[in-house]
Amino acid sequence: MKRHMTRHGILRIVAKLLIPYIFLFALYVQFHGDYGPGGGFQAGVIFAAGIILYALMFSLERALDVFHPRLMEILAASGVLLYAGVGVVCMAKGGAFLDYNVLAHDHHHGQHLGIFLVELGVGITVTAAMTSIFFAFVNRERST
Amino acid sequence: MNALGLYSYWIVIVLMMTGFYTVITRGNLIKKLIGLNIFQVSVFMLYISMGKVAGGTAPIYEEGIEIYSNPFPHVLILTAIVVGVATTALGLALTVRIQEAYSTVEEDAIHRLDNEE
Amino acid sequence: MLFTLLATTAIGVMCLDDLFAAVMLSGIFSLLSASLFVVMDAVDVAFTEAAVGAGIATILMLGSLNLTSTRERGTRPTFQWIPFTVVLLTGAALVFGTLDMPHYGDPDAPIHHHVAPRYIEDSPHEIGVPNMVTSVLASYRGFDTLGETTVIFTAAVGVLLLMGMPRRGGNGGTQADDEESKS
Repeated sequence: MKRHMTRHGILRIVAKLLIPYIFLFALYVQFHGDYGPGGGFQAGVIFAAGIILYALMFSLERALDVFHPRLMEILAASGVLLYAGVGVVCMAKGGAFLDYNVLAHDHHHGQHLGIFLVELGVGITVTAAMTSIFFAFVNRERST
Repeated sequence: MNALGLYSYWIVIVLMMTGFYTVITRGNLIKKLIGLNIFQVSVFMLYISMGKVAGGTAPIYEEGIEIYSNPFPHVLILTAIVVGVATTALGLALTVRIQEAYSTVEEDAIHRLDNEE
Repeated sequence: MLFTLLATTAIGVMCLDDLFAAVMLSGIFSLLSASLFVVMDAVDVAFTEAAVGAGIATILMLGSLNLTSTRERGTRPTFQWIPFTVVLLTGAALVFGTLDMPHYGDPDAPIHHHVAPRYIEDSPHEIGVPNMVTSVLASYRGFDTLGETTVIFTAAVGVLLLMGMPRRGGNGGTQADDEESKS
């Protein structure tokens, strides 16, 4: 049963206009977290909000086709793996766990690289986790 | 003792007590979770209001700005907000399962059903 | 002032019987607290509170209202004496405790004197990232953020365990499905 809201003209047109910009804004917030407010958590939640808007407007089945639940599971775990992996690479290069100074030739560049990768890991995990939770809630049928 | 300087703390206390009262007196499980959310926001307010410095700006480094607000409470509260939503999501999932098991989310009815067995 | 509006909204949420209206009002409560955070110079926190509190929390509560019921059907009276007295006494004790706290915006408060000046002074040189909150979150206190990411992951795993993985092309899990798979 396809439950969708595409017969509501205003909602459909506005959602079609907004959803790409929501994703773009999420990417902007992710990568500009160093220079202004933002970072991994905010970007992950905004990206998940775009996915939720898509699922609300154009039925849940289509959203599950595009953002496969298995993929979301794997992404959630790989975000944490990326974060911890950066720490282990720092240890392998001779520093302490999560000591970004040893990642590049210069400690400024090392910190930049370390923060970039770590925030990316956080953003991926938050997106996948929020989307999985939403899909789990919405997919449950009423039993009473 | 300037009363206006302590106003923010008193509002925090009012919010905290509202959340507390909602959690202990309401029977509906979802209402309890909403009350818990209000309580959490009051704690965030407490920390952030303590971090504000008069005449300071947001803690983003800029040439020529001397006074910044304290960035340390912001970091703690950022973590706390996300952990708060994680626990709310788990609480709501448990509530949905309780509804499926007992056909109600009112605490009194659940206790009655449990005592009857 | 915004603080007074926030307190009024919270009391409104407590008194409402219709859960749908209470959830909507709590979304407004989150947005008001986000604007208060901006006034208090906490821009990162305001961003996160607006996105998470007014976005994700509201939609999850609406989702669970859809699966349970939208009215509060309890038989308890709104005003009960013993909890109200407990709440008043606790509130009075807390107000007494705030009487010697530093005033709002005081730059001589003890919170500004130990670790924070070091972060503010050294973060542009040691780390080179303008946003001090990001530098503290990801570099100085990176281990805490690893723990936080694990907490979010655990919450997602917990909800998936309780509510079942969405299966494409079929219904989601229901109680009948779970009992079927047990037998």
